[in-house]
Amino acid sequence: MAMSDTAGAVSRTWARISLLRESPVGMVGAALVLFWILVAIFAPWISPYNPNTNDMDALIDPTPNAVHWFGTDMQGRDILARVIWGSRTVLTVAPVAVAVAYAIGSLLGLLAGYYRGWVDNVINRISDIILSFPAIVLYIIVIMRFGPSALNIILAVIFIASPQIMRIVRGMTLELREREYIAAAKMRGESAFYIMFVEILPNARGPLIVDACLRMGYTTIAIGVLGFLGLGLPPPDPDWGGMVKDSYALMSIYPHMSLFPAAAISSLVVGFSLLADGMREISMRD
Amino acid sequence: MLAFFMKRLASLVFTMLVVSALVFAAFEFTPGQVATKILGPFSTQDQRDRLMEELGLNRPVYERYLEWLGVLPGWTATSSADGKPTGRCVKPGVPPEETPTFCGVLQGELGYSTLYKMPVNDIIWDRLGNTLLLAAIAFAVMVPLSILFGITAGMREGSKLDRSISVASIVTTSVPEFASGVFLASIFVIGLGWLPGTAPLDSSAGWPIAAQLVLPVAVIVLYDLGYVVRMVRASMVEVMTRPYIRTAVLKGLTFRDVIMKHALRNAMIAPFTVILLQINYMITGVVVVEAVFAYPGFGRMLLDSALSQDVATVQAASLFAVLVSVCTQIAGDLGYMMLNPRIRFS
Repeated sequence: MAMSDTAGAVSRTWARISLLRESPVGMVGAALVLFWILVAIFAPWISPYNPNTNDMDALIDPTPNAVHWFGTDMQGRDILARVIWGSRTVLTVAPVAVAVAYAIGSLLGLLAGYYRGWVDNVINRISDIILSFPAIVLYIIVIMRFGPSALNIILAVIFIASPQIMRIVRGMTLELREREYIAAAKMRGESAFYIMFVEILPNARGPLIVDACLRMGYTTIAIGVLGFLGLGLPPPDPDWGGMVKDSYALMSIYPHMSLFPAAAISSLVVGFSLLADGMREISMRD
Repeated sequence: MLAFFMKRLASLVFTMLVVSALVFAAFEFTPGQVATKILGPFSTQDQRDRLMEELGLNRPVYERYLEWLGVLPGWTATSSADGKPTGRCVKPGVPPEETPTFCGVLQGELGYSTLYKMPVNDIIWDRLGNTLLLAAIAFAVMVPLSILFGITAGMREGSKLDRSISVASIVTTSVPEFASGVFLASIFVIGLGWLPGTAPLDSSAGWPIAAQLVLPVAVIVLYDLGYVVRMVRASMVEVMTRPYIRTAVLKGLTFRDVIMKHALRNAMIAPFTVILLQINYMITGVVVVEAVFAYPGFGRMLLDSALSQDVATVQAASLFAVLVSVCTQIAGDLGYMMLNPRIRFS
């Protein structure tokens, strides 16, 4: 029975995804996100150069040309290669951070919404404190204290996103726990964890998927912003925000150095947001 | 109403206490490390102990936190160099009898900035003033625009105009501030030469200050506008389905009167809090915009001090940022209650 349930859920999810074809905006978003995922996966094959190799001859004229399609940066590194490899950075850091934040946030939200009482109080108090910090201030404090690295950026994102996800899941749990099928599950003698993870969480998935997609976009912005502020990944590995930071002072002479990574990050985030909007539109139809 | 306000005030005090402890603890290094850092690895344990006593680092963390907060009297010690009394509150040039007993955050003593080489108090307020200027202009541009677009989109849900405004809002909100800074600068600074690319707020670059403010304001408004537009739109869409709107239409009012006299006011209740919370973003979230345009504001002070490990400035700035954010939340709740009588009396 469990098997057919899973199969049913998969086919329903698939039906939902194919529904996305009816939302042109969602399709554009899906195309943009898919494009960058493919670029990230195939980076080693499609990248024209090693992203960290310096071509000193190119420094005479670093603007785009036949050899370096997107030009090079001030250290003679190929910008196309760095944009391509930069997609890998962002598309590994963001999904890992969002996934872990969802695991923690969902667990806490389920506990708070299902048990209520003091569990709810403690979890809420702690999230209120974290959420009282403006996100950028928390990012700055965490990275300043623990140093810039991919792991610390992931930890900072988890720390900031988990309470927000907790609030969403908690709200949905409070609503869903009053449904008849929860009462039925209790009557059958199911454990609290079974009810939370098998009965409540799957039924809350619609809004959560949309939120996760939006959150991938925010996280992409956060990673880019940290890179731009000089709090991102340590050099030399390419990340889009860091590329803009390194070349921004030269904007008036070599705008291409900043424009390409800025366009890359913008298109990825726009992709996530449009995809989320398409999914929300479709989920509202049924 | 008063009870609600007092409750929120109590929770504000609680939040600020916990946040101040966290902000203090975040930069709490083992005192031994500090002494070794100053004296070098070949100092004796005795020397380190004496230095720690002179720096007031030899006492437990909670005591130092309470002194930093200004609840416990500042520590005192005797300098080993000249035998004069030293202490947390002792300042060069101030006679001992005038030295205050308490000197912490609560007394307005925010410490000494190692980056700017002056007391944090001497820099933070100027920077805050600059950021307020930027925020006020951006807010004044953003609010009317967001209401206009939100109402226009929401009054005819699903129309072409609605879809266009909605998609445009999603796109502008999704472009990170530094990226839109790059795009706008390449058009208006490099391409057309109409505007300066930096906003240092002095006339050294040869541009009037008004011209310097255009691009920073544009970037903030672009990034923030879309979100508020969608909130106003959602509220408007909801209001348009209400029975009193149907009544107004059926009694023969023009569409214009239905919108202006019946829908508009009700549609503004829900987004009120959202709009107020944007003050939050404007004060602290402008770090990126200030970094892009070299704007001498609060956010850039926070960033620069963080990058150079200037603990006192980061602590003061973070505390202030959290205070602003908690206060706007309370103001938002209160305003929402005043606008919506149904909540006020239940």
